[in-house]
Amino acid sequence: MILPFFVIIPLACAFLISLLGKLNKRISDIFANLGTFTLLILSLSAIRYQLFAKVIVYRVGGWPPPIGISMVLDGLSSFILMSVNLVSFLVCLYSVSYMNKYTDKYRFHSLFMLMLAGMNGVIVTGDLFNLFVFLEIASISSYALVAFGTEAEELEASFKYAIMGSVASSFILLGIALLYSYTSTLNMADMGSVLLSRGNSLLVNFISVLFLMGFGLKAALVPFHAWLPDAHPSAPASISAMLSGVLIKVLGVYALMRIYFNILGINNIILSIFMFLGAASMLVGVILALGQWDFKRLLAYHSISQIGYIILGIGLGSPLGILAGLFHLFNHSIFKSLLFLNSGAVAYRLGTRDLQDMGGLKERMPTTANTNLVASLSIAGIPPFNGFFSKFLIIVACIQSRQIIYGICAVIASILTLASFMKVQKYAFFGKLNKKWQDIKEVPGIMQLSMVVLAVLCLVSALLITPLFKPYLESAVNVLLLGRGYNKAVFGALK
Amino acid sequence: MSEYLLCLFLFCIGLYCVLRKRNIIKIIIGLGIIEYAVNLFFVLVGYRIHGRAPILAKEQKILNMVDPLPQALVLTAIVIGLAVTALIVAIAIRIYEKYGTFDITKIRRLRG
Repeated sequence: MILPFFVIIPLACAFLISLLGKLNKRISDIFANLGTFTLLILSLSAIRYQLFAKVIVYRVGGWPPPIGISMVLDGLSSFILMSVNLVSFLVCLYSVSYMNKYTDKYRFHSLFMLMLAGMNGVIVTGDLFNLFVFLEIASISSYALVAFGTEAEELEASFKYAIMGSVASSFILLGIALLYSYTSTLNMADMGSVLLSRGNSLLVNFISVLFLMGFGLKAALVPFHAWLPDAHPSAPASISAMLSGVLIKVLGVYALMRIYFNILGINNIILSIFMFLGAASMLVGVILALGQWDFKRLLAYHSISQIGYIILGIGLGSPLGILAGLFHLFNHSIFKSLLFLNSGAVAYRLGTRDLQDMGGLKERMPTTANTNLVASLSIAGIPPFNGFFSKFLIIVACIQSRQIIYGICAVIASILTLASFMKVQKYAFFGKLNKKWQDIKEVPGIMQLSMVVLAVLCLVSALLITPLFKPYLESAVNVLLLGRGYNKAVFGALK
Repeated sequence: MSEYLLCLFLFCIGLYCVLRKRNIIKIIIGLGIIEYAVNLFFVLVGYRIHGRAPILAKEQKILNMVDPLPQALVLTAIVIGLAVTALIVAIAIRIYEKYGTFDITKIRRLRG
């Protein structure tokens, strides 16, 4: 049984690092990298397990569900686990050199592993309250990580993020309490079948609004997005890559999908709300990004915009739309973490995030400039790279479902994204070299390595849509299309 | 029914406190009130009038018992709330060191 190890390994690493990290500086690096590497291997082997036996259920403590807590691995969880653990491994590799400029590096690694434990827990759990606990583990460690630099701006951003995140968590807990009182079970599969037999009621609608508020805030959808542009740029670059790359997707988008499709049951009203919020996030995010001169803040606004694409794709509700949304989720986690790592590399040598202050860095930092070019082309949707295929599929799915207006919104947002990244390229990497930066060097090798790997992945992950790998993506889509049949899949796997 | 309405009222007081107060310590207290309201509601969900604790002993039959599961869940939620409050208070102390004020309208270096 590999399922519990997704939580046990990062938790054990966090514990050991905080215990032994003080003794030697290298210990925390070794433990954290070994831990994330093992998790990457485990999530690769989870694909194989999952393809053999569609759904795997692990009973925590030997108690059978619905009484005990269960952990469930199906197509969707294995897909999201893969993207989380891939990004976290590369980011952990990057922070070996990058985090040297901060003191107390072992505390950083300890919190990082704790956040990873929370995210993996949210993905594999099959119990609604357990999901809340893991969500809070991931959130609390991310509040602490945003404030890691303890400068004035970082503390302010972390305070804002912590207050909004905690209010969102309270809404989620209230929703769980109401749902428990209505169904008297906490197992997600069982809850789905009880709700199916009771039919729809006003209380269920109220609960879905509570969850939309709570998880929508965690996902930074547009009316709830105010914390993201402060919190994500303030964190150290490797943490920004984790927050924008995977955290908002796991705590927000994944939880939304799982709860709405498999537990509460999806209907046209919720789908149209998703589509509207997605389109609004897409446009508002990208328009706000156009005027930014702070490199990381610009990227943070683009995160809002790209989350809009994902939610729009999923909100279409058609098989192609969900497939495109999930595909974009994976692609976005790759190129957005690469962009944040690039901004970290620039800040590592220059110490500034202001685009107007840079210029001509291509001569001095060729690896950073080239990988950034690849990532910018991916996010803007230029053909050979992965971003093109997923955006194109989203637009095709919009037209297929006769949502022409949303399709046009997606095209406009894509053009504006391209404009905004042309600005980044022009001011930061092309043009004349600023006199101040005459004798800067390229970043250390290990940081270059992880950026190059991510850039290669930008190209390679476009293959996910080819017939060879498509069944993997489709097995994730099928879980969502199954709806409340999730119950049968989970309890069928127990027999 | 009135207990549930009071819970809702408490929740709204907490929300008002978070949204409208300018002092960050008061905002943290408002957050605490929200958490208490939700916890209280969760415990009330499992309560039954004249119910007793479901402890299984020999030669005893329990006819009317309180649902123990929400109590266990609330215990977990209280611990989580404690962790969040401790972290936010620590951040508030650091903010006071940097800015010299608790007024949220004067703590505004992040814009855009």
